[in-house]
Amino acid sequence: MSDVGMSEWPLYEVFVRGKRGLNHVHVGSLHAADDEMAIRHARDVYTRRNEGVSIWVVRSDAITASSPDEKDPLFAPSGDKVYRHPTFYEIPDNVPHM
Amino acid sequence: MVKEAAMTVSQAPREQELLARFEATIRRNDRIEPRDWMPEGYRKTLIRQIAQHAHSEIIGMQPEGNWITRAPSLRRKAILLAKVQDEAGHGLYLYSACETLGVSRGELVELLLAGRQKYSSIFNYPTLTYADVGTIGWLVDGAAICNQVPLCRTSYGPYGRAMIRICKEESFHQRQGYELLMTMMRGTDEQRAMVQESVNRFWWPALMMFGPPDDKSPNSARSMAWGIKRNSNDELRQRFVDMTVPQAEALGVTLPDPELRWNEERGSYDFGEPDWAEFAAVIRGEGPCNAQRLAHRRRAHEEGAWVREAAMAFARKRAAAAEESAV
Repeated sequence: MSDVGMSEWPLYEVFVRGKRGLNHVHVGSLHAADDEMAIRHARDVYTRRNEGVSIWVVRSDAITASSPDEKDPLFAPSGDKVYRHPTFYEIPDNVPHM
Repeated sequence: MVKEAAMTVSQAPREQELLARFEATIRRNDRIEPRDWMPEGYRKTLIRQIAQHAHSEIIGMQPEGNWITRAPSLRRKAILLAKVQDEAGHGLYLYSACETLGVSRGELVELLLAGRQKYSSIFNYPTLTYADVGTIGWLVDGAAICNQVPLCRTSYGPYGRAMIRICKEESFHQRQGYELLMTMMRGTDEQRAMVQESVNRFWWPALMMFGPPDDKSPNSARSMAWGIKRNSNDELRQRFVDMTVPQAEALGVTLPDPELRWNEERGSYDFGEPDWAEFAAVIRGEGPCNAQRLAHRRRAHEEGAWVREAAMAFARKRAAAAEESAV
C-alpha cells in the first residue's frame, strides 16, 4: 500500500493545556496536511467540550524518544541515588518545620 | 512513528525474557505502551479489535446521519449533529490509538473498504423512523457503554485512554436518546406506538452487540488473559439487561422478550436467546444494510480524495515557497 503512504497526510502529536496554570499534556495524534490544519483538526477532535485553552501540535517524526525498555541504562543513574530524596535524612521529631 | 534515539545497546535480551517481562507487566495490572515489546498475537488482536471499533464509529455515523435533515426541531438537529460529530471524533481517537501499533490509518481504511475488516453488526440495521434516533441512543449507545467502560482499564495504554475520552462523551449520547423517547412517550398514541415498534426492532440486535455466547467465542479467553478484555460477552450482556429493564419500565415500553423475568435467586433478569443465526448472517454481510453502508463509505472516501490531495499539494507548495524565501 505504498501509494497510500505517499498520499496520506502526515501524523501529528497533539498537546492540550486544559486551563491556565497547567502544562500541555499529550492527548493523542491526528493527520493533517500542514501545521495550520493540524491545529484546526486538533480543535475539532480533541476540544469539543472546552477541554483546552491552548493547543500544541508537532509532527510525530520530529519527536525523539528514549528507548521504551524500562531496564534501560538511560535511567540507571537515578536508581542508586537515594540521597536525592528528603526521606534519606534523619531529623529528630522535635525539630519543627522541616 | 516516533524515532528511537541511538543508545548504547546492551545485548538483545532473548525473546523468553521479553515475554516474561511483558507477562509480568500484565500481571501487575500495569499498562503496555506503544513501543514496548509485545507478542505478535497481542499486537494483531489489538489492531483487529481497535480497528473494528474505529470502523464501527465511522460507519455508525450513517444510520443517524440519515435523520439530521429531518429531525423535527432546530434543537433536535443540533443535538443529532453534535452526536454524529462525536462518532467521527471517536473513530479518530481509535484510529490514532491503533496507529501506535505500527499500522497507518490509510491501511485500516483500505481494509474496511475492501471488506477485510469488520465493524459492529448493529449498524447494518436501518433507521426506519425518527424514533430510531432515540432507540439507538438509549439501547445501542447503552450497550456500547456497557462494553466500553471495562475497556477503560484495558492493558494497552493508548486504547484505554481513548476509551476514557469516549465513555465520557457516550453518556450524552445515551441520555439524549432516552430523553427523546420520553418526549415521544408523552405525545400521541401514534408516537408511543412508534417508540414501541422501534424498541421491538432494536432490542435483539442490541443484545447481539456483546458478541457470541462465551462458549462460542474462541478468542475471548486469550483476550482476557492478556487483559485486553476485562469481562466476558455473557457477563456484559447480563449487566446490560439488568440495567435496561428498569429504564424500559420507567419509559413505559415493553421489551420484546417473553422469557424476560426477574430471577430472585440470581438477583438478575433471565432472558431469551438472541437469534444467533441472524447474527452470523449479518456478520457474513447479509444484513439489511451491509452493502449500502460500505458503498456509502466508499463513495465518500473516493469523492473526498481530491480534497485530501489538493490539501497535500498546497502544503508542499507552501513549504517549498517558505524554504525558497528563507534562502
